[in-house]
Amino acid sequence: MLKKTPLGQVLGLGSAKAGAEHWLRQRVTAVAGIPLVLFLIGYILVHRGASRAEIVASMQNPIVALLMTLTILNLVWHMRLGLQVVIEDYAHANPTKYALLLLNTFFAWVMALAGVHAILKMSFGL
Amino acid sequence: MADTRNARRPLSPHLQIYRGGLTMLMSIAHRITGVALYAGTLLLVWWLTAAATSDPYFDMVQAVFASVPGRLVLFGFTWALIHHTLGGIRHLIWDMGRGFGLRHVEMGARLSLAGSIILTLAVWAIGLGVS
Repeated sequence: MLKKTPLGQVLGLGSAKAGAEHWLRQRVTAVAGIPLVLFLIGYILVHRGASRAEIVASMQNPIVALLMTLTILNLVWHMRLGLQVVIEDYAHANPTKYALLLLNTFFAWVMALAGVHAILKMSFGL
Repeated sequence: MADTRNARRPLSPHLQIYRGGLTMLMSIAHRITGVALYAGTLLLVWWLTAAATSDPYFDMVQAVFASVPGRLVLFGFTWALIHHTLGGIRHLIWDMGRGFGLRHVEMGARLSLAGSIILTLAVWAIGLGVS
């Protein structure tokens, strides 16, 4: 006989081992992504054909630098959650699955840090 | 960890069992554009890194993006970004428990496809200075 609550019986099951938090974070980053995508497209259109000096100068505006940082972090977070689901859907063999999940996390961290580093470097005028 | 799958247990039906349609195509497109945008992040971070590095490096990256293959990739990037955003809005509406009626689902599929194409062309028309 199971001596667990209905919740206790299902916690930690499923391919991701944690479901609701992942689901919710994907939605939170999706909602945040809507205005940030508009900002990104707007930024690129405004700075089309701009020289490097003009791009660097634009990042010295703290609002632009912060919005671009938010865009990168939100994008990276959302894409990591999204690809995790794709990997869990198609990769069932354990060594392959965990290797891909690990690569997904590493790639996301490298993208986040490289992107934020570039923005801050320009923003601080170094 | 042990492989707990039972080979004889029936699996849930996959793509090939359903009749195709625009809604199915949009669902698949949402996933494909998501994966494509994942790779596209590399381009955005590359561009930011180049801008933070040096003039010659930035000019090189700009030249790559301005080339014909570069523009084709960026055009696809733009469409994927807009389509995934519109598809995401559809998903958020469903998450609120709305828009599940057949008519609304079909309408959403058409609107997101047409909207993504129109908005992509509009962004590029502005970008290329076409008036």
